[in-house]
Amino acid sequence: MNSMHDMGGMHGMGPIEYERNEPVFHAPWEARTFGLLSAMNCWGKWTLDALRHQIEKIPAADYLRMMYYEKWIAAMVELAVSSGLATRAEMESGIPAPGSPRLTPPLTGAMVADMISQGAPSTRNVPIAPRFKTGQRVRARNINPIGHTRLPRYARGKVGTIERDHGVHLFPDTNAHSLGEKPQHVYSIRFTARELWGDAASPRDAVYVDLWDDYLEPA
Amino acid sequence: MTSDPSHPHAHDHKHEHQAVLSDPALRVKALESLLVEKGLVDRAALDALIDTYEHKVGPRNGARIVARAWTDPAYRQRLLTNPDAAIAELGYGGMQGEHMVLVENTPQVHNLVVCTLCSCYPWAVLGLPPVWYKSAPYRSRAVIDPRGVLREFGLELPESVEVRVWDSTAEIRYLVLPERPAGTEHLSEDELAALVTRDAMVGVAKATPAGKGAAA
Repeated sequence: MNSMHDMGGMHGMGPIEYERNEPVFHAPWEARTFGLLSAMNCWGKWTLDALRHQIEKIPAADYLRMMYYEKWIAAMVELAVSSGLATRAEMESGIPAPGSPRLTPPLTGAMVADMISQGAPSTRNVPIAPRFKTGQRVRARNINPIGHTRLPRYARGKVGTIERDHGVHLFPDTNAHSLGEKPQHVYSIRFTARELWGDAASPRDAVYVDLWDDYLEPA
Repeated sequence: MTSDPSHPHAHDHKHEHQAVLSDPALRVKALESLLVEKGLVDRAALDALIDTYEHKVGPRNGARIVARAWTDPAYRQRLLTNPDAAIAELGYGGMQGEHMVLVENTPQVHNLVVCTLCSCYPWAVLGLPPVWYKSAPYRSRAVIDPRGVLREFGLELPESVEVRVWDSTAEIRYLVLPERPAGTEHLSEDELAALVTRDAMVGVAKATPAGKGAAA
């Protein structure tokens, strides 16, 4: 979706605010939010792509105003409710509905180290042929889906060169919406700064964007 | 809220702004209590997750990788050609670092990492990202004005250097392999690791002999 999250190339966001010796979390509630959502993800009721999409759907003005972990809270509430893990009344009151069952968490303290060290690879070991070759010129398609996509607006319609084939990965545009993993090749594509931003850009510089087969057409 | 035909979105207003919390600390406290009581979250798991990223996984991991690459040419080669295996040799990898790519700075090329669409970052080797990396100013400008962004970080690059910006749009996570600073030939691997900052591994700084350590 063409929402505020897709901000590559925008002006007007102000200077970068750098904090020296920045702590990992700025307040205990940030740490608790990080832990809560990470643990809730382990129910497997939503994908990482669905989580990203939930955050993208935060209205633009709120998206810019909210702190990072506030967005996590908002997304966690919506995902818990839509997946049926909790009701909205529960998430707003903090009190379990009378008679609701007590469940067994999928992630215990003893499982955390393994969960983190294993990670969740997005590659899929399926024999799917790449549609494009390294060195080939390709155009990022001009698509404007209202759902989730990882093709940023600034690259749409632009021509680049395939630098590297990252292998077969699941496809966020379907995976975010429970429409299947649709595994396909992902490539690192080099777009010159001039192709993206015009003649005023540096003749040397380039932006590399990781894009899926479905985002590309021959140039 | 009363219906106002001149303001068609008025009825949505309350819902939209529920997302903005007046007091996130209180809200999160209530959520934690609910999720633990319902058996959705185990409090020990919560504590272990937080402890891991506050105390165990951070830029020191990446700094050790870089220092090893600077001192061991065979390791550097493995790191560039098969990064996941080379990183695993040092005991790192996993969540948000499953598919790593190292991008090497040279006198001719400077690399800069961003995620314009959200805040993707190589947690396994750098820990959780700083606020500026997740902020709108950095995400919006890194791709269109990387030299201006670098200037704000105090790094002025000559026109002759090619700037490569890596937008983390997929699940591939990028780590910059900075240039080894001149005059560090006598330093041990551990001493070199202390020069490698988080910022140098994102690409908003260079590693310098006066580096203040990976936490800076």
